[in-house]
Amino acid sequence: MRKSRWIQLVIVLVIVVLGTAGYVTRKTTHADMTITAVGSTALQPLVEAAGEEYSGQHLGTFINVQGGGSGTGLSQIQEGAVDIGNSDVFAEEQKGIKANRLVDHRVAVVGITPIVNKKVGVKRLTTAQLIKIFTGRVTNWSQLGGRHQPIVLLNRAQGSGTRMTFERWALKGARSKPAQEQDSSGMVRQIVATTPGAISYVGFSYADQSVQAITLNGVSPTDENVKTNRWPIWSYEHMYTSRTPGPLTQRFIRYIQSAHIQRTLVKQLGYISVADMHVSRDVSGRVGEK
Amino acid sequence: MDKKLQEQLLKKSKAAKLERLGRGVSFSALLLITLTVFAIILFVASKGLSTFFSNHVNFWDFLSGKSWNPSVTNSHGQPEVGALPMILGSFIVTILSAIIATPFAIGTAIFMTEISPRRGAAILQPVTELLVGIPSVVYGFIGLTVVVPAVRTVFGGSGFGIFSGTFVLFVMILPTVTSMTVDALKTVPRYYREAALALGATRWQMIYKVVLRAATPGILTAIVFGMARAFGEALAVQMVIGNAALVPTSLFAPASTLTSVLTTGIGNTVMGSMQNNALWSLALVLLVMSLIFNLVIRLIGRKGAMPK
Repeated sequence: MRKSRWIQLVIVLVIVVLGTAGYVTRKTTHADMTITAVGSTALQPLVEAAGEEYSGQHLGTFINVQGGGSGTGLSQIQEGAVDIGNSDVFAEEQKGIKANRLVDHRVAVVGITPIVNKKVGVKRLTTAQLIKIFTGRVTNWSQLGGRHQPIVLLNRAQGSGTRMTFERWALKGARSKPAQEQDSSGMVRQIVATTPGAISYVGFSYADQSVQAITLNGVSPTDENVKTNRWPIWSYEHMYTSRTPGPLTQRFIRYIQSAHIQRTLVKQLGYISVADMHVSRDVSGRVGEK
Repeated sequence: MDKKLQEQLLKKSKAAKLERLGRGVSFSALLLITLTVFAIILFVASKGLSTFFSNHVNFWDFLSGKSWNPSVTNSHGQPEVGALPMILGSFIVTILSAIIATPFAIGTAIFMTEISPRRGAAILQPVTELLVGIPSVVYGFIGLTVVVPAVRTVFGGSGFGIFSGTFVLFVMILPTVTSMTVDALKTVPRYYREAALALGATRWQMIYKVVLRAATPGILTAIVFGMARAFGEALAVQMVIGNAALVPTSLFAPASTLTSVLTTGIGNTVMGSMQNNALWSLALVLLVMSLIFNLVIRLIGRKGAMPK
């Protein structure tokens, strides 16, 4: 009896202590020292790396970064549940988002390239051919001068930012026919690398030696070609905030947009700095001089 | 003296107080769980039904449509939310994996209970328990790196498809079905076996004609349980089935299940939008199906209760 009373006392004490500690820390940290960024998995590595650097330099701050997809990022920031919503697409392009309530911060550019399995024997395609492949009008690589091998289409999940960008700029708005879908770029690359006849598309940073990147209309997928818009398949990486972001949110976004991060982390992680772009592009797709 | 005694008798004893406390605690736990379950059902139903009520999608079109593309509207101005490919995909992998798993499970269970209980308990018991404990992502990963390439080299195609999904699910539900079948066989009373043997039956006749027959309801429950698990499994299936929202035409062509479309799609939609509601409708179908599986299990249990 005595022993059990002791245990009870200890349990109550622990609960009280934890509760107070949690309450106290919640109050102080939530005031300004912690922000949460949610959304695009394509942008996640950059925000995570930048967040770590920022926290290292400003002790006591904490940048909490989560994935979830562009749709999640935009809907969470719209509801005010997070401080920053990361997205691969303009808020105007996402259904169900009231873009005029959000503020767009472009922090990087990502080029997207079609990739094929190395053994299909095709390295160059035209836009017309690419559209035919993805709409199912061409079904064998031999029709395009490659090996006799059926074409295996691989898409990103519906609503994925990469897929939206690819369909808009590479397929000229044509819709891909129903095909396999994968929800991450790493998975797409692995499957394309191992499946004979496979074709898909990934961000530049994912296109490595294991797959064959495609030269489209004679233009090769390089950062330089993206900067001049000769390679049209690219998108901005957006960090959306509400109209009245907190001070730490403002500082953090300014930090990511600073020359320091743009010159180091952005390049190391395979993105293209917005500052290096020679052109700009708006929601409707109009390209202008910068 | 008299008063003191009366007080002592009428006062609640410590044990009674403790009893009441215990009852309160366990009752509130029950209440909390029931509330949670109802809240989940209510939430999924309200989200899932809004596809039909606020987005005005025809319920029949949803169940029988073959084209899944919620962000696109078809020629009638209706969003393309045909869930038939996913519903079919889910049912096919579930039923196929149950069909394959059942003979293995029954065979293992007979070995463990009838033929060699001691060795069965020493070797097979820990093995099946280990299989239950392996996380589904590990099964999926093995499926992706071993099963898919193997299927590709043997049968051609991309290797992704119903066959690979079935194979992974079969291994996943096997331990569940096996251990529940073992329990079912163990509940067959000893005197059934003794009576059969005393009448001159061989061991095989005894197992086949008496034990398995008597345990049929229990074995059926085990199979339905396995099916319920297969139906709801998301991650492992998603990694090997290919996730193509197409009506399955071949075992080796990419297909999709309700769960695989849910997990790949939910992060790319905005809460409250039609695309999001359509996914919730898929979740509702899943929920209703698992309720039906539960109901079937109860029905079997009630019908075939073993006379003691």
